[in-house]
Amino acid sequence: MKSTRTGREGLTAYVFLSPWLIGVLLLTIGPMLYSAYLAFTSYDLLSAPKWIGLDNFRRMFTADPRYFSSVKVTLVYVAVSVPLLLIVSMVLALLLNKGIKFLSGYRALFYLPSLMGASVAIAVLWRQIFGSTGLVNQVLSLFGIQHGSWVGSPGTALWTIVTLNLWAFGATMIIFLAGLRQVPAELHEAAAVDGAGPIRRFFSVTLPLMTPLIFFNLLLDTIHAFQAFTGAFVVSRGTGGPTDSTLFYTLYLYQQGFAELRMGYASAMAWALVIVLAAFTGFLFLTARRWVYYGDER
Amino acid sequence: MTTVSIARPLFGRRRTRNPMVLGLVRHVLLIAVLIVMLYPVVWMVAASFRPSAEVMNSLGLFSKNYTLDNYKQGWSAGQLNFSRYFLNSIVITTLSIAGNLFSCSLTAYAFARLEFPFKRVLFGLLLATMLLPYHVTLVPQYILFNELAWMNTYLPLVVPKWLGVEAFFIFLMVQFIRTLPRELDDAARIDGCGHWRTFIRIIMPLALPALGTTALFTFINSWNDFLGPLLYLNRPELWTVSLGLNSFLDVTGESAFGSLFAMSTLALAPIVGFFLVSQKLLIEGVATTGLK
Repeated sequence: MKSTRTGREGLTAYVFLSPWLIGVLLLTIGPMLYSAYLAFTSYDLLSAPKWIGLDNFRRMFTADPRYFSSVKVTLVYVAVSVPLLLIVSMVLALLLNKGIKFLSGYRALFYLPSLMGASVAIAVLWRQIFGSTGLVNQVLSLFGIQHGSWVGSPGTALWTIVTLNLWAFGATMIIFLAGLRQVPAELHEAAAVDGAGPIRRFFSVTLPLMTPLIFFNLLLDTIHAFQAFTGAFVVSRGTGGPTDSTLFYTLYLYQQGFAELRMGYASAMAWALVIVLAAFTGFLFLTARRWVYYGDER
Repeated sequence: MTTVSIARPLFGRRRTRNPMVLGLVRHVLLIAVLIVMLYPVVWMVAASFRPSAEVMNSLGLFSKNYTLDNYKQGWSAGQLNFSRYFLNSIVITTLSIAGNLFSCSLTAYAFARLEFPFKRVLFGLLLATMLLPYHVTLVPQYILFNELAWMNTYLPLVVPKWLGVEAFFIFLMVQFIRTLPRELDDAARIDGCGHWRTFIRIIMPLALPALGTTALFTFINSWNDFLGPLLYLNRPELWTVSLGLNSFLDVTGESAFGSLFAMSTLALAPIVGFFLVSQKLLIEGVATTGLK
């Protein structure tokens, strides 16, 4: 009796699951396996894929200077913009935390840019702001500083994309703010009685309690940063220039796969990224035991 | 001692604990950051209403000659046609929202309420797909949709949503449905409701906040989406607002910033509009589930 009932429930469940199961099989797992195969082929969409063994990877690591530029640009971007994003989010969440007036208004205004940051419209605006006659240079000229175009110069173009990412810190800040409200006031009071100043209390009480959220944001913001595309595409007009200084990994993958129709090479690039991200995620989860505090453990 | 702390209230050895002063300092800091962040956007909106000669050469917001010229020129500049782009974006966005609500709610109900073989394995798979970078499926999906002759249709942008590819929303709904009391399901069962009726009559109405959050974030993601349309829509009559804006920059270059700003303002307007009516739901969604 019971087994037929759970059997029927199982059947119903798979009916409910069917759209997602079809999606996972046909749009995720199937394509992943296919692109793993393509990574070892040369394929231009017109003639059948040709098996070339490790040639794509050999070319990537030994014979493609632009691939190296894209790795360098992306790593610099991730290494700078993710910590910056986390620090700014944390500082503003702290400023907003203790019963400030107009909290909901502030929260909403700080959050709004993170809804717009990925849009073409804002990337268009960024191109203007950091252009040769843009807002930034107009403000600087008030102080008598002359500067050329920020998006047009190889030394600064990447930093304009960093600020674009930083501009959208609101979502990360909201998550920190929600966490700060869970920190028990008694702990702070006890620490204050023991003579700990505000800075000491932050590092010894607040920060350890926030590590689960820092872990979460670090993981998601890093994965997100590795996938940056729209800003770099619009600001550099799809070239990754000047002189490949904004040639993000995804942008180069797009150029190779869809402009040059090197589907095999693009698949190899995609898998290299998956492996790096999997290693990073694994590393983060392994080290989590050392630095992430979970209250109920011990 | 007291004279010292009066003379140097913020830096004296004894820190003043005057909440008024500290509060004021915090407000000043926050407002300064907000101005730096939001001024460029406000400036762009103001500039879009200024005559084209005045667009670039002013840091301020005000003008004696506000005009709608930029909007008229931008709306149908060259071969561009923003009525079409807005319509296309609305169609794609609406179909995407419907798709995500359909597939994610069904899947979430199964994971939250039903027992079935391989449940833990499949849930693990769901979590794994949330962290998967989209690059790895980008090329093979493109090949697949190309084989299916779906190029220059909206199917590659919409069908994945009907098949629950955006796992984060499934996860969000699973978490939400788990918080609903099981007694409701049991009561419905006693009244003779099967799983379908329980799902539609009991769970869905109660899960409205989660459905709303999903709808809003799907709206924002697919309205802003650029890479998807760039890959699959080559014919200008199919373009979305994002593609239209991008090619505006190619067609007119830097010469027509007035109309470019006008169209950018219009492209952002729906996002800001939805934000204003639903900011509570959005912010709660971020704070409780980590959606970004």
